[in-house]
Amino acid sequence: MELIRIADVQKTYKNGVVALYDFDLSIKKGEFVFVIGASGSGKSTLIKMLYREEKPDKGEIIIGGINVAKLKNRKVYILRRKLGVVFQDFKLLPKLTVYENVAFALEVFAWDKKEIYKRVMQVLELVGLKHKVRQYPDQLSGGEQQRVVIARAIVNKPKLLICDEPTGNLDPDTSMEIMKVLEEINNMGTTIIMATHDREIVNKMKKRVIVIEEGKLVKDYEKGQYYNERA
Amino acid sequence: MKGLRTIKRYFRDAAKSVVRNFPLSLASISCITITLIVVAVSIVISYNVENFAESIRKDVTVVVFLDNDTTEEQVNEIEKKLKKMDNIASIEFKTKQEAADEAKEGNEIFETVVDGWTDDTNPLLDSFMLKVKNVEEIKETVSEIKKIDKVNTINYGEDIVDQLVTVFKVIEKVCIGAVIALVIVTAFLIANTIKLAIFARKTEIEIMRLVGASNISIKVPFIIEGLFLGAIGSIIPIIATIYGYIALYDYFGGKLFSSSLAKLIEPNPFVYLTSLLLLGIGMLVGMFGSWRAVKKYLKI
Repeated sequence: MELIRIADVQKTYKNGVVALYDFDLSIKKGEFVFVIGASGSGKSTLIKMLYREEKPDKGEIIIGGINVAKLKNRKVYILRRKLGVVFQDFKLLPKLTVYENVAFALEVFAWDKKEIYKRVMQVLELVGLKHKVRQYPDQLSGGEQQRVVIARAIVNKPKLLICDEPTGNLDPDTSMEIMKVLEEINNMGTTIIMATHDREIVNKMKKRVIVIEEGKLVKDYEKGQYYNERA
Repeated sequence: MKGLRTIKRYFRDAAKSVVRNFPLSLASISCITITLIVVAVSIVISYNVENFAESIRKDVTVVVFLDNDTTEEQVNEIEKKLKKMDNIASIEFKTKQEAADEAKEGNEIFETVVDGWTDDTNPLLDSFMLKVKNVEEIKETVSEIKKIDKVNTINYGEDIVDQLVTVFKVIEKVCIGAVIALVIVTAFLIANTIKLAIFARKTEIEIMRLVGASNISIKVPFIIEGLFLGAIGSIIPIIATIYGYIALYDYFGGKLFSSSLAKLIEPNPFVYLTSLLLLGIGMLVGMFGSWRAVKKYLKI
């Protein structure tokens, strides 16, 4: 079943830079897709368009039945409730505890306190941070902070998890731990799209890899393929 | 149930946020406090000026003298006609005998003279003492009265009344203009302060958007926060108004320049109404400021 369909997308920034053009991509439910490409290749633009931080000038982006390209600013929340986003720079709220940061994403649903507690503790256990619920982000290591972000992204059971270089600020060992968590989430049925620079991770994971160069999709290796640099 | 929980969360979040961002809250609060004090002073001044004007207006009396040969029936007729006029607040009839009695009071020379008068030789005239509702229309009213049969002369201190009318009009406009201008300036000043406070929380709004909070549910807690800031900011101006005005009133003994016309407004209920007004302005302006400020950051 198709979860994401991108057809004929084009994006030019106001300063004239063409970020993406003639871009087509289809991603099925439950897939784990790496998006790789050099800085300035349009990789970040693609990721940002998936959660509607950027809008395409032309073309169609359909995620779970929502036409993201035509989504109005005040309706964006409908899309965002169906997906989770993980950033390189975490974007945690420094004045909230680990628990509050994760619960933050559930409060928009106006759940009962007990339900929220149950679900938050469930995801914190999944990412292995159950014992640090009362800590503040600055008391955690980078890897732990990223795990809080992942917990926040999946707490509302999204169909799609978008990761924008989640291991960009982490050392190799910590990165692998993060990847284990992501793989576990993927095994539970969540589709994951991850932009990365980390060749080692891509080679180890053996997942679908798409390569973007100068605004175009140039390679699409099916599941199990290695990432061979400029092969 | 779900809606109630949401509203509860809005208020809880707003209160938390005031405490958690205390330094910035304090900046907004003190800005509201200072400007509300200035607003309070201008309200007190303008209402008191208005009050002086009102009491002088009420004091203007139009005296209508009737011809000497006016019969009692004709007097009743005239009174009926006066009562029909829109601009007349009260009518008091004074016979010439009453006028004479008043004149001799407290003056021995007058007393002997007046006592010498009989009903026929009394040179004074019967008169109506009128108070008008709207002093600005006094000229029209007077010229209308002049048309009535048997009206001899009319006296109302023409020049002074004309001048006062002009001066009041000017003072009133200046005061109203000053209060409105101050409230508007305050609103924008506070909007800017809150904008600074919210700028520091750009990430928070961004994350709220990212985790799927609708624009409304992001805005409402900020607007409630603005309401809290406005309410807290109005505490000191309210205390200052209540105690300050009562002290001022007692110090001057209720009137300025020991003149019976320049009476100060009694503190009760004036200070309490002013306090309510300040609280209202503070909350509205705080909400307006937050709303304007948060709107900017909802486009990410």
